[in-house]
Amino acid sequence: MKSLAELAAIKEKMQNKVVLREGSSNVRVVVGMATCGIAAGARPVLSAFVEEVTAQGLSDKVTVTQTGCIGICQYEPVVEIFEADKEKVTYIKMTHEKAKEVVEKHLKGGKVIEEYTISSIK
Amino acid sequence: MKELSLNILDIAENSVKARADKVEITLTETDETLEIKISDNGCGMKPDFLAEVTDPFTTTRTTRKVGLGIPLFKMASEQTGGALTVTSKHEDEYPEDHGTVTAALFYKNHLDFTPLGDVISTLTVLIQGSPDIRWVYTHTMPKGTVSLDTNELKAVLGEEVPLNLPEVLVWISDYLKEQYGEVN
Repeated sequence: MKSLAELAAIKEKMQNKVVLREGSSNVRVVVGMATCGIAAGARPVLSAFVEEVTAQGLSDKVTVTQTGCIGICQYEPVVEIFEADKEKVTYIKMTHEKAKEVVEKHLKGGKVIEEYTISSIK
Repeated sequence: MKELSLNILDIAENSVKARADKVEITLTETDETLEIKISDNGCGMKPDFLAEVTDPFTTTRTTRKVGLGIPLFKMASEQTGGALTVTSKHEDEYPEDHGTVTAALFYKNHLDFTPLGDVISTLTVLIQGSPDIRWVYTHTMPKGTVSLDTNELKAVLGEEVPLNLPEVLVWISDYLKEQYGEVN
């Protein structure tokens, strides 16, 4: 049975790391979480980013956040990636699997997956 | 929406936007019915806005924060023979005691009942997005109750370790899974 003592152990372990983490994130992943996004499947996309960023050891560098309607509801689930000194990348029609791929290739490998971006449809 | 847990996520996002610092999600089940109630202490709605809140066609672009969320939730309940009610007290009129309560009743044995789905993911996503809100979750079923109050977790974690730390979110998810395992 999960106990609060286990949570206290997480606290012990994390305290030092948290100090380091603050302010050091320079990549921001923003997932659209309005009605349009949720109905299109944004919840598993967000979960995939949270899980995979941790699994790939990128949590010091990458912050995953949520926002409301981005305004392109027909392309939901939409994910925007902001990185210092770089142009914003907008990924459209995301899925749990595509999200994992973006973490692996883009956030970890530094290579934008063009075919999933909004510029691929223009 | 494919799952009622997605409607819960969507309605709770309204509470976040209403600047609530406490949101209670209460599910009460009998053999025939499920009641889903989302109560917050956010800014609330004024009576004229509240009157049209369930109508998607009177919602203007500037009030889009409500949009289709409540109408979809209403439809999901009404198609089972249930009903949705929204009550609200706006902060201008009720400075001490404001907020919104959205409650929907579902008949579970109706052909058009939407399954509840992955309510644990809904909770972890909400906590991930708004770790400073006090989330109080209670799911009462005929066989038992599953509950979570993020204030109790905060009491253990203290100020330095946020609730949306991935390790903490995994713990919350496992904690709820175990509770559901014991009830079912």
